[in-house]
Amino acid sequence: MHEFVSRRVLFKMEKKLFGVLISALFFSLIFSMPAFCDTPMSGGTLRLSAPYGSALKSLDPHVTYRSQDLVVSKAFHRALYTWDSANNSPALDLAESVTADKNGKVFTYKLKKNVYFHNGRKMTADDVVWSYTRLMNPEKGFPGATMVGTIAGAEAFSKGDATSISGLKKIDDYTLQITFSDYNDPGSLLFEAVTAILPREEVKKESFLIHPVGLGPFKFVEHVEGSRIVGEKFDKYYKPGKPYADRVEFVITGDYSVLDMAFRAKEIDATVLSSNAYLAYKADPELSRGLIEIAELFTRHMGFNTQEKPFDDKRVRQAINYAVDRDIIVKKLLKGKAFKATSWLPTTSTAYDSTRKPYPYDPEKAKALLAEAGYPDGFEFEAMVTDKTSSLGVFEAMMPYLAKVGIHAKAKVVESNVLVDAMYAGKAAVWFRSNGTGPDPLKALRTFDSRIPRTGSNVTAFKDSAYDAILDEAAATSDPAKKIELLKKADGFIMDAAPVWFHNYNKAVVATQPWIHNVDGNVTEAAIIEVDSIWLDKNSPTR
Amino acid sequence: MVALIFKRILQSALTVMIVVTLVFFLFSVIPGTFASSLMGDKRSFDPRVVERIKKELGIDKPLHQRFVTYLAGLSRGDLGKSFSNRRPVVDLLSSRVVASFKLACAAITFAIVVGLPLGFIAAIRAGSLVDTVTMMVAVSGLSVPGFWFGLIAMYLFSLKLGLLPTFGYGSGGIRNLILPALTLGIAPMALLARTTRAAVLDTLNSDFIRTARSKGMSETRVVFKHLGRNAFVIILTTIGLQFGSMLGGSVVVEKLFAWPGVGSMLIDSVSLRDIPSVQGCILVIVLFFLIINTLVDIAYLAIDPRIRYQ
Repeated sequence: MHEFVSRRVLFKMEKKLFGVLISALFFSLIFSMPAFCDTPMSGGTLRLSAPYGSALKSLDPHVTYRSQDLVVSKAFHRALYTWDSANNSPALDLAESVTADKNGKVFTYKLKKNVYFHNGRKMTADDVVWSYTRLMNPEKGFPGATMVGTIAGAEAFSKGDATSISGLKKIDDYTLQITFSDYNDPGSLLFEAVTAILPREEVKKESFLIHPVGLGPFKFVEHVEGSRIVGEKFDKYYKPGKPYADRVEFVITGDYSVLDMAFRAKEIDATVLSSNAYLAYKADPELSRGLIEIAELFTRHMGFNTQEKPFDDKRVRQAINYAVDRDIIVKKLLKGKAFKATSWLPTTSTAYDSTRKPYPYDPEKAKALLAEAGYPDGFEFEAMVTDKTSSLGVFEAMMPYLAKVGIHAKAKVVESNVLVDAMYAGKAAVWFRSNGTGPDPLKALRTFDSRIPRTGSNVTAFKDSAYDAILDEAAATSDPAKKIELLKKADGFIMDAAPVWFHNYNKAVVATQPWIHNVDGNVTEAAIIEVDSIWLDKNSPTR
Repeated sequence: MVALIFKRILQSALTVMIVVTLVFFLFSVIPGTFASSLMGDKRSFDPRVVERIKKELGIDKPLHQRFVTYLAGLSRGDLGKSFSNRRPVVDLLSSRVVASFKLACAAITFAIVVGLPLGFIAAIRAGSLVDTVTMMVAVSGLSVPGFWFGLIAMYLFSLKLGLLPTFGYGSGGIRNLILPALTLGIAPMALLARTTRAAVLDTLNSDFIRTARSKGMSETRVVFKHLGRNAFVIILTTIGLQFGSMLGGSVVVEKLFAWPGVGSMLIDSVSLRDIPSVQGCILVIVLFFLIINTLVDIAYLAIDPRIRYQ
């Protein structure tokens, strides 16, 4: 009996133990599921879009500064820095470390020793020096010269006054010293593909223009002009285990309705959306799950020629800022795909002042300012606009508001190139534009620097020596906190001076399929995705 | 025939000269330059860089000097280098021409295979339900905008049925070709159906058809031997004109389907003010049109021996 009881107890205990074990196994599986789902998997083909036109301008990353080409270059090329979307700032990429001298002008880089070009050669300091020197070639016009030109001696070299750039010094194969002529954040200057590090021996070949060789996570495979570009995983990429995908394919089209169709047909893994598609995707329970909203570093505005009457009067410019209800325009016309602008620097800028209030909608104040400026009955003006919703559409929405305060506005619809020429020649009184306003806030605020010509970036021909002085002080300080304070002050100055009607900061939206992971929200340009970190789970149709 | 070909070549050379001269000077005087197109992408450029770009591309030189350089290059078959990607325009065009030609051939084949029988049947059954339906299809095909038809085709065949890729060139295979060819071919198909109907109806009322029938000739023989051959002169003109204009006229379709043809290259080059590429594209389009029309003229001689060129 005793034995029997013991056996029964033992059996019960065994049963309990078994139950506990099963439960433990079950719960451990349940709790480990998210970890399993978050573990990157290798394989598959990334299918992305180059959505800003029907062709790439060039496969040489130094030649082109168009968003369309930058999107693709991210897969094939690398620069000294990269954009770190998680921290919203540039991050060191090809170097292990950087040290700055106490003056903040000389930077010493320890380059990574495991960085290879797609032709199998190791990258050294010589390649960095050669690439930056190429950008300053006196016989060529490379957009990256705008950034590299800030290195000491770069301008002298580009004018033919020197045989090399004095600010670029190779210490040894993996140590490089860069001296800037001013206080600069090298990261914000040297992170885009226009300053990519390229192999000299490949660039010199004619074939480089059709078969680019770089340091990127993917090796070039094929380019069908005006249709697609394909790359395959580069096994010697310097980040261990990356990229996760075996191939990358960019479809090249600027037609958003086609991209929408292809995304819904599951032919694309991620793409940026138009305003109309954004609304439709947001309303769809399935599609809305994969949306990534990004406050881009672009400021849409209506610019004034501040040298021309009546826009030479600050009160007139302020009056226009008070006269229009931007909330309605952003909500109804732009379908919420924008953030109302509070000044020149956008919300994701490091010098954005979150305490600043935007111009409120106050038609009475606008009328008072116009009367004060000598225009009690208002005036008429003509604005140059392109036929886009963000330009002509917004301007047409503004017209009734302006009419309410006595300003009668007319639109002159022109092609983008015509608008650019008129703006830079000072022949446009008012225009609609979107300006890149980051990542370097100082560079963004130089748009209104009196000493910069219209052809530089000061298209409004805004002149105020007090403003220039704030910028100079910010440029001269090496204390980051003080610099930010000064830049905030300059931004506030511009808000008050209102050389533009502040409209909005673009909200870019990227739609992603459920099987694609780690798509970053790049505020410098949403379509530029860090392709080396993306991975595709087992549900991807390409696995 | 040799004289005709020689005459056509001379005429074509003159046309080409006029076109390239016009394009060169028009693009030099219209507002906006390649330098301004660089600044049209929200990013500012250092003006010194812009000056260097102008110097590198030679657009800082006087207009007449640039024109002489261009003509000298043209005489050697050199169309210059693209401003935007610095590659020879001839190289850029070579792949584009193949894609455009492929698309044009597929579209005109669709137009002929569908439009010709439709027009024939409609004419033979004039006034019947078949005729009414056929002509309704033809009018719809002519009036529907190409991009709209393309989007509907994408929606139906790609999104809903999943039969074909939405867009893109792929590896240049038939699957990627079907939708753009249908879209490009729909209007010529409709036009061809209408033209064929009219031509066949006109020929059916001719004396020689009545004579053939009164002689007891079978209807099949009447249609294929007498009617077809005589109506075909007018039909061939339509085919020639449509096919000739397809290389340059497929801009919308090429853009919509990301088809890497001459039309989409032309549009991109115009927006970038890439003058060498624009000139190259227009030259190819004009040459294609002239060649097709010359071939059609020669074909007339074979089809209708009564036609003689002075």
